[in-house]
Amino acid sequence: MQRQLANMKQSLFDQGYLDEQFIQLEELQDDANPNFVEEVVTLYYRDSARLIHNIEQALEKNPLDFGKLDSYMHQFKGSSSSIGAKKVKIECTQFREYCRTGNAEGCKKTFQQLKKEYATLKKKLEVYFQVARQAGPVEKACRPK
Amino acid sequence: MVPWFYLAGKMVIGSSKKVVADQIEEVRRICALVVDDDPLVRRIHGMLLARYGLETEAAENGKEAVDLFLSGKTFDLVLMDMEMPVMDGLQATQRLRGMGVSSMIVGVTARGLEAEKEAFMATGLDACWVKPLNAEAIISVLDELAKKLL
Repeated sequence: MQRQLANMKQSLFDQGYLDEQFIQLEELQDDANPNFVEEVVTLYYRDSARLIHNIEQALEKNPLDFGKLDSYMHQFKGSSSSIGAKKVKIECTQFREYCRTGNAEGCKKTFQQLKKEYATLKKKLEVYFQVARQAGPVEKACRPK
Repeated sequence: MVPWFYLAGKMVIGSSKKVVADQIEEVRRICALVVDDDPLVRRIHGMLLARYGLETEAAENGKEAVDLFLSGKTFDLVLMDMEMPVMDGLQATQRLRGMGVSSMIVGVTARGLEAEKEAFMATGLDACWVKPLNAEAIISVLDELAKKLL
């Protein structure tokens, strides 16, 4: 089970879904906080749902308020960085670049891609944590190769 | 992880027990305040600091942080986010320094722009880091804190 978990994690890193920050979070888990990473990821998805909704509403306005959109995305990128959501972060950066250049179509397209990456990561992490709970605690966080 | 302790003005560093004072008069844990409008960051930075043995409290914006100090609370270390609603990190840091607060205040920002970091530092920070902080950053901060407290 532990090997399956390690392989899953390696895959998430190899496919670019997660970065080093995820490992930093795992290294904070201990006997007193055995589900810290799952707790943080759950908090991320709960909190960022509000931001996603705000951005969706802001993208329906005409003309777009790029300043407001950039501000929302700045927050969203910050939260995504905190859990190591690498692909989501990349889309956030692209979105902010489109805000900077005032490219409305670019913003809308990138946001759709961002939501895909966000949803894909959520599904993958749900499976990961399910396996992690079955596998039980590990002695130390294992760094992917 | 090596816990940090503070003894009547002298620092004892975990198991190395470099106690300079002749008598141990008082033992208390280093106290830190995490100021950030992002609950995720408050949780992560709070956990990072607690892992090194610090007692932590949290505030959601600069005004809450200032109000905590005004209520008489003291903190050895403040992690201050730059961008927050109500009162941002620059205003809060200026206000705290104006009140005579000499705690170590470390700015944290999601942006790495040098000009913004310099402006933030100019308000009275001891250091400024890009978030999220990691273990290496926290150790560096605690090393500086140890020098300040000793």
